[in-house]
Amino acid sequence: MNERFKIAIIGSGPGGLSAAARAAERGVPHVLLEAEDHLSNTIYRYQKGKFVMDEPGILPLRAPVPFKAGSREEILTAWDEAAARLKINVRLKHEVASIKPLAGGGFEIKCSNGQTLAAEFVVLGIGLQGNIRKLGCPGEDLPFVQYQLDDPDEYEGEVIAVVGAGDAAIENAVALAKQNNVIIINRKDEFARAKKANEAAILKAIEDGTIECYYNSAPERVDALSVGRKKGRMILNTANGKAQILLDRVIARLGATAPRGFVEACGVVFPSKDPAAVPAISSQYESNVKGLYIVGALGGYPLIKQAMNQGYEVVEYILGHKVEPADEPLLKAKFAAMPGFRNVEEALARVQKNVRLLAHITPLQLREFMLDSDIRTPKPGETIFRRNDYTNTFFSIVEGEVHILIDEQRNQRVTLKRGEFFGEMSLISGRRRSATVLAGANCVLIETPRRSMNRLINSVEAVKREIDQVFILRAVQSRFAAEVPVEQLAEVVANARLERFKAGDVLFHEGEIADCLHLVRSGSLTISRNIGGKDVVLSYVPAGNYVGEMALMGESRRSATARAAIATETVRLDGESFKKLVNRVPVLRLKLQSEYRQRAAANLAMQAAPEGGDIISFLISQGAGEATDILLIDESLCVRCDNCEKACAETHGGTSRLDREAGPTFASVHVPTSCRHCEHPHCMKDCPPDAIHRAPNGEVFIADNCIGCGNCERNCPYGVIHMAAKPPKKPGLIQWLLFGRGSGPGEAPLEPKAKQAATGKKAVKCDMCKGIPGGPACVRSCPTGAAIRISPEEFPAYAQSRR
Amino acid sequence: MHDSILTYAKSRYLWVALALGAGALAAYLWHDPGGPPNGGTWLGYTLGTIGAALIVWLMWFGVRKRSYAGGIGTLRGWLSAHVYLGTTLILIVLLHAGFQLHWNLHTFTFVLMLGVIFSGFFGVYAYLRYPTLMTRNRESATRDAMLEEIAEIDQNALALADGIDPKIHALVLRSIQNTRLGGGAWTQLRARDGSDLALASLHEAMAAREQRKEMATSEMPTMFAMVDFLAGRATDKQGEAMRKLIDLISRKKALATRVARDIQFQALMEVWLYLHVPLSFALLAALIGHIVSSFFYW
Ligand SMILES: Cc1cc2nc3c(=O)[nH]c(=O)nc-3n(C[C@H](O)[C@H](O)[C@H](O)COP(=O)(O)OP(=O)(O)OC[C@H]3O[C@@H](n4cnc5c(N)ncnc54)[C@H](O)[C@@H]3O)c2cc1C
Ligand code: HEM
Ligand code: HEM
Ligand code: SF4
Ligand code: SF4
Repeated sequence: MNERFKIAIIGSGPGGLSAAARAAERGVPHVLLEAEDHLSNTIYRYQKGKFVMDEPGILPLRAPVPFKAGSREEILTAWDEAAARLKINVRLKHEVASIKPLAGGGFEIKCSNGQTLAAEFVVLGIGLQGNIRKLGCPGEDLPFVQYQLDDPDEYEGEVIAVVGAGDAAIENAVALAKQNNVIIINRKDEFARAKKANEAAILKAIEDGTIECYYNSAPERVDALSVGRKKGRMILNTANGKAQILLDRVIARLGATAPRGFVEACGVVFPSKDPAAVPAISSQYESNVKGLYIVGALGGYPLIKQAMNQGYEVVEYILGHKVEPADEPLLKAKFAAMPGFRNVEEALARVQKNVRLLAHITPLQLREFMLDSDIRTPKPGETIFRRNDYTNTFFSIVEGEVHILIDEQRNQRVTLKRGEFFGEMSLISGRRRSATVLAGANCVLIETPRRSMNRLINSVEAVKREIDQVFILRAVQSRFAAEVPVEQLAEVVANARLERFKAGDVLFHEGEIADCLHLVRSGSLTISRNIGGKDVVLSYVPAGNYVGEMALMGESRRSATARAAIATETVRLDGESFKKLVNRVPVLRLKLQSEYRQRAAANLAMQAAPEGGDIISFLISQGAGEATDILLIDESLCVRCDNCEKACAETHGGTSRLDREAGPTFASVHVPTSCRHCEHPHCMKDCPPDAIHRAPNGEVFIADNCIGCGNCERNCPYGVIHMAAKPPKKPGLIQWLLFGRGSGPGEAPLEPKAKQAATGKKAVKCDMCKGIPGGPACVRSCPTGAAIRISPEEFPAYAQSRR
Repeated sequence: MHDSILTYAKSRYLWVALALGAGALAAYLWHDPGGPPNGGTWLGYTLGTIGAALIVWLMWFGVRKRSYAGGIGTLRGWLSAHVYLGTTLILIVLLHAGFQLHWNLHTFTFVLMLGVIFSGFFGVYAYLRYPTLMTRNRESATRDAMLEEIAEIDQNALALADGIDPKIHALVLRSIQNTRLGGGAWTQLRARDGSDLALASLHEAMAAREQRKEMATSEMPTMFAMVDFLAGRATDKQGEAMRKLIDLISRKKALATRVARDIQFQALMEVWLYLHVPLSFALLAALIGHIVSSFFYW
C-alpha cells in the first residue's frame, strides 16, 4: 500500500516551500517532493553571494517562511531552518516522473527513484528552469562530470572537456582555457547558435590552438579511472570514428528541457504552442485537471514573493478557506481611480463585461492583467499618446470614448467607443505611434505594458485572433482612408492575411509577376536589384510601410527584390482586389504614382553609387535592421580620444555602457558595442520583474526594480548589458579641480568593494541619456563629429552621404 | 550625419569668422585714429577686448569638453567654431595693435598666441589625417588583439628556441625583453620595436649553419665530417625549427610595427595638445599682464 497524503507538493522552490510550510503549520498531512538533494534548486543555483531582491516592493509577504532581500546564502539558510522548525515533510532526491489521476479521486505520483505515493491534491511548483540536460550517456553522474561552473578561476592545470555549443559552453570554455587545457565538444560543425562575440571568441581560440575542438562529435560514455594521473576518460563518437580523451573534468552545458512536456503529460492544457504561453488556471490556482494546482513561475508569476504568497493561498483554498489574495489591496488601490468603484470583484466583472477582448480570459488571468496594468481616467481633450512617441503599451476602453487623430492638418478623427482597444500598432511593430490619441468624454482606460499584453496574446488564441483582425482593418484604413471611403476597402480587408518571414527570406523576386502587395507589420525589409550580377541594396523599408503596389498598377513585373532584413511579419493584400480598388478610385492611383516617382528617384541615386548599398548590407548584417537608433563611428574622423566613453561613464555612474573599440568596421563605418534600442528588444524577453521599458523617445532603459538576474545580459545578442553595482557619488568638476575630491572626469569612481557587494549588482545599459537635455552624451561629447546616432530609415541617405 | 569639424553645419563658423574678420578690417580701414593706429585708440580697445573675449572663450572649450552632462550644443560644433574663430584672432589682434610690433611684453603675448594657434593648426591636420591612416594600419584588429597575438608569438618562439640551442633561446629572450611598445613620448613618436636585432642575428646564425653544412658535404672524406653528416639529420631538424622561428619573429615584427605605428598615430593626435594647452595658459597669464601694464604704464 502506497503512502497517502492529503496534499503532495512538487518542487521546493519559493512557491512549493511556502505551500508545504503552510500545510505543516495547519497540520495537514503533506509531502514536499524535490528532485535535487537540497531545497529550492533555482535559488540554490544562483551565483554564490548573489544579492536576491524582494520585488515588487509594494506587495506584502504572506508566508510562514521568511523572505527579505539579502544574499543567496542568507535566504537559503533561513529556508532550511524554517523547513526544520515547521517540520515540513520533505523528500529530497524525489524527482516526480508522472502524476496520474486515480479512479477513486486523488492522484498517484511516481518518482524516478522508484517510489510511488498517493495524494488527494497536488500542488505543482516546479518553476520554469526545467531539468538540466545531462550528457545522456553512461557516466553522466560521475563526480567529475558537472553541469554548472561558478568560478572558472577555481581550476588550474586540468584537462577539461566542455560539452555544448551555446553561449554558456563557450563562455566557460574560454574562461577555463586561461589556466587549463580545454577541449570543447560540439555536436554540430559550427557555433551558429551562440552570440556573435562568443562565436568569434571560440573560433579564434580554436584557431590559435588555445582550445581544441571536436566538431560533429558526441560523447558515447564517460569512465572513471583508478590508475594513471587523470580522473577519467571520455569516449567520443566523431565523424571519423571513435576518439578517447583522458581528462580531469567534464563540464556539460547543454541547456535545460522546458518543464512543459512533463506538465502536459499530467493532463494540463497549454493554450498555444508559443513558448511564452502559460497554462490557464483558475483564480484559486487550479488547473484544468481537477485537484491539480499550479503556483509560482510555472503559472506565470516569475518572482519569489509572488510565488511564496501563492503557496500560502493555494493551501488555504484547498482546505476550503476563503482568503483575500495578497494582491487584493493593490488591485483596490488601482481601481479606486475608477468612477463608481465599489469593490474589486465588481470592478473586475465590469471590466470583463465592457471590454470584449478581455471576455476571453480566465479570472486569474484578468487579475494578473489588472495588476500589471494601470487604470487611467484622462480628462476630455487630454492627450493619451502622441504620434511618433515610442511607447508600446496597449489600451482598452472600459468607459467613454477616445478620438484618434488620423490626419492632424485636416483634423480628421476616428472615434473609438467603450469596449474597443487601441495601441496595438506600436505593440506589434515596435515602432513609433502612428497617430495621436485624445481622450473623449467620461473616459476610463486600462493601460497595459507590452510584456503582459504579449503574454496574453500568446496565451489566449481568441485574443490574438481579434487583435490581428482589427490590426489588418486599421492598417488598411489608415493607409488609404485619406483617399478611399471606408466601405470600399471592405473587399481588400477581407482578402488580406498575415505572413511571416525569417531573416533573409524573400518576399518577392525582381522580374516575378506581381500578385500582391505587403504591408510590413513588424520587422523590416531591404529592397535590392541585381546590377551587373551583384545584389545591390537600394533601400530599407521599416515596419508600417507598403511594398509591391507599383507592380500592380502598371508594369506587372517586380522591379526589385524584397527581402526580410530580420524576422518580419506582413499583411499581404491580394492583388486582384487591390487592382479593382485602384481602378475605382482615381485619386488613389495619382497618389501612388507620385509616391512611386519619389521612390524611383531615390533608388536611381542609390544605383549610381552602389558602394552605398554595400554599407547598408554591412549594417543589416550587423543586425542594424532591427535597431531604432544605432551608434555609428566614422573611423576616418575618430581621433580615439575616448571622450565618448568618458562622457558615458561620467553621466552613468562611472561605468561606460559603450565600448568604442570593440565591433566591426566596414569602409570606415564602425559599429561599436552599444545598445541599438531594438524594435523588439531581446533584453525585454525574459525579465522577471518587467523592469525593462521603452520611453516615449524610443530609449530602452532598465528601471530600478531590476533584480539582477542576468537574463537580459544573456538575451541581448549585441552584448551591451552589464551587471554593475551602484557607484559612489562623484564630486563636481570644480570640487575635483580645486580640492582633489574623489575621482576626476572620465575616471572610474573610487570603489569601496565591500560596500558594493551589500547592495547587489543590477543590469546597466545605454539609456540614450534620456534624463539629460541635449541628447546622448557620447554624441554630444565627440569633438570631431565621428560619433553619430541614426535610425535605420536614415541608412540610405547616410550611405549616399559617404562617398 | 558624418561631417568633419571643418564642414560641420555647412561650415557655418567659417562664415561667422570671415564676417568678423571682414568687419574688423573694414572698421580698421575706415577708422582714422589721427596718428598711427595702435591698441590705445577706441577701435584698438574695442578690437583688443574682442580678442581677449575670444581667448577666454577659446579656453572655455577645455571646460565644455569636460561638462559631459550639461553644456549647450555639441562638442563638435564648439570645436568647429573654436577652430575658425581662433584663426581669426591673428587678424583681429594685428589690427588691434595696428601692426606695431616691438620687442616687449605685448609682442610676447602675441607670439604666445601664435604658438597656440599654430599648434592648433597642426591639431586640425592631425585630426583630419591620422584617423584614416590608423584605421588602415589596424586592418580591423584592435590594438589589444594585436598585443595579445604578439604575446602568444613570444611564447611560441621561446618554446621553439628552447628546442634549438641555448644561445638562440637567449637571443629570443633578449629580443622579447627589448620589445617595448609605447614607452616614453619620444619612443612613441618614433615607432620602432626591437625585433630587428633578433632577426638579424637569427639570419646570421642561419647563414653560418648553411655554410658549415656546405663545408661538411664538400669535404666528405674525413671521418669527422662523416660523423657530422650523420648527426646532420638532427641539425637539419634544428634548421627547420630555425626557419619556423624566423617566420614567427618576422610575423611578430610586422605586428609590432603595426602596433608601434598605431601608438605613433595616437601619440601624434595627442602630442600637440601638450603644447596647445600649456601655451594657452601662458597666453592667458601674459594677456593679463599686457592688459594691466597697458593701463598702468601707458
Ligand atoms: C539568475 C536568477 C536570478 C533571480 N533573481 C531573483 C531575485 O533577486 N528576486 C526574485 O524575486 N526573483 C528572482 N528570480 C526569479 C525567481 O528565481 C523565480 O521566480 C522563482 O524561483 C520561482 O519559484 P518557483 O517556486 O515557481 O520555482 P523554482 O524556484 O524554479 O523551483 C522549482 C523547484 O522544483 C524542482 N523540480 C523541478 N522539476 C521537478 C520534478 N519533476 N520533481 C520534483 N522536483 C522538481 C526544482 O529542482 C526546484 O527546486 C531570479 C531568477 C534567476 C534565474
Ligand atoms: C582687453 C583687451 C586689451 C586691451 C585693453 C589692450 C590694450 C592695448 C593697448 C593700450 C595697446 C597700446 C600699447 C602701446 O601702444 O604701447 C596695445 C597694444 C598691443 N596689444 Fe593689446 N590690448 C588688449 C588685448 C590684446 C590681445 C588679446 C592681444 C594679443 C594676444 C594684444 C596684443 C597687443 C600687441 C601685440 C600690441 C602692440 C604692442 C606694441 O605696440 O608694441 N592685445 N594693447
Ligand atoms: C588663442 C587661441 C586658442 C586658445 C586659447 C585655445 C585653447 C584651447 C584649449 C584650452 C583647448 C582644450 C584642450 C583640452 O582641454 O583638451 C583647445 C583644444 C583644441 N584647439 Fe585650441 N585654442 C586656440 C586656438 C586654436 C586654433 C586656431 C585651432 C585650430 C585651427 C585650435 C584647435 C584646437 C583643437 C583641434 C583642439 C582639440 C580639441 C580636442 O580634441 O579636445 N585651437 N584649444
Ligand atoms: S540591450 Fe541589446 S537587446 Fe536590448 S535594446 Fe539594446 S541592443 Fe537590443
Ligand atoms: S568621442 Fe568621438 S573621436 Fe573620441 S573616441 Fe569617441 S567617437 Fe572617437
